[in-house]
Amino acid sequence: MRTIDVSLVTDTIKDMCIEANHFLSEDMKNALNKAHDTEKSPLGCQILGQLQENLKIAGEDMIPICQDTGMAVLFVEIGQDVHFEGGNLEDAINEGVRRGYVDGYLRKSVVKDPIYRENTKDNTPAVIYYEMVPGDQVKLTMAPKGFGSENMSKIFMLKPADGIEGVKNAILSAVKDAGPNACPPMVLGVGIGGTFEKCAYLAKKALTRPVDQRSDIPYVKELEEEMLEKINKSGIGPGGLGGTTTALAVNINTYPTHIAGLPVAINICCHVNRHSVRVL
Amino acid sequence: MDRHINVPLSDEDAKSLNYGDYVYLTGTIYTARDAAHKRMYEALANKEALPMEMKNNVIYYMGPSPAREGRPIGSAGPTTASRMDKYAPSLLDLGLKGMVGKGKRSQAVKDAIVRNGAVYMAAVGGAGALLSRSILSSEVIAYDDLGTEAIRKLEVKDFPVIVVIDAQGRDLYEEAIKEYGEQ
Repeated sequence: MRTIDVSLVTDTIKDMCIEANHFLSEDMKNALNKAHDTEKSPLGCQILGQLQENLKIAGEDMIPICQDTGMAVLFVEIGQDVHFEGGNLEDAINEGVRRGYVDGYLRKSVVKDPIYRENTKDNTPAVIYYEMVPGDQVKLTMAPKGFGSENMSKIFMLKPADGIEGVKNAILSAVKDAGPNACPPMVLGVGIGGTFEKCAYLAKKALTRPVDQRSDIPYVKELEEEMLEKINKSGIGPGGLGGTTTALAVNINTYPTHIAGLPVAINICCHVNRHSVRVL
Repeated sequence: MDRHINVPLSDEDAKSLNYGDYVYLTGTIYTARDAAHKRMYEALANKEALPMEMKNNVIYYMGPSPAREGRPIGSAGPTTASRMDKYAPSLLDLGLKGMVGKGKRSQAVKDAIVRNGAVYMAAVGGAGALLSRSILSSEVIAYDDLGTEAIRKLEVKDFPVIVVIDAQGRDLYEEAIKEYGEQ
């Protein structure tokens, strides 16, 4: 049994909120550089150049990459040999988000009630997913999610008879509907299988996988590659202003499902696909 | 075509812009997004005065991140314009000449753009740090309680935008996709 004081969780999450909103991970930076080299539209190329410059300014001047610093999504993988002390874990996580967003000059974009819409003024609460895993470590993944792209995400409850072609059509139709609204070039997190909410979770989690890492399952890897190629032939391009770079990656996660169903969730993220990972 | 345009936007300048033009705006613009539009819409319904003059002005759909000390503003990129589609035609009919945001607009907004000789421009979404460099000052002029969604008066210099829907109703998003689409 290992004991972890929850104040360590708070301090770590505060740092992660600030880090994720000012610095993109290496895989995302590399993907943007590669896109800039291969984009065929001159205007598209100019926009990709601006996105690279934007990242540089964000890091150097500590201005958030995007003004929508997102709703804080936390994946918390807890080793089953860990014991937390010093307070309630969920409160500690939200305190980390509060300090990160208030002290880090990040935008407060969360409203307390979806209908009455009063801003909570500190970006809490976070959306938190807990997972129990073997071991005595805690892995924190912080992924601030902007809503320009979140609003363009979709779930389809397909029939088994729709098969893989149905899945492809679902992905392509989501991208087409999103178009310029989702701030392309986008990253797609796709969940296939599970139940209604499980496939949405799979899609969200898929966005945290490095964009240069393909699925271990051969047919899923092929599907990821085929979809990326097809999406980039849609013509939407950087900023939706035309071009050959509409997506940087398609990350697909699968899970067993019911004999009667084929759920597919497409969680769209913009080119500011942020995540920060720490292991305690 | 690259253009340098002063804002507020004159009727002549608005009509002279073509979809696809790369435009640098210099002068005064105002920010408003979801909550501010809702309030202005309700004010109009109640026959109350709006907090800003619409005639020949440009609204930037944007809610910034907080400014660090000594800076005019934080990250300041565009938000999705379609969420303002419900409100935009009324404001255009009052003389609003330009809108800056990102993403598609409804047919009703396009019709109002053509009817009023206005223009819809896009700033690059997700480039809020870069765009903040073209903003010289920022002052909250209304709805302070809305935080990031308050109405701000911005002084901008060479603020970069691209004309998406021009006064003739032509739409760059629809045309550009045809040029590079293979499906």
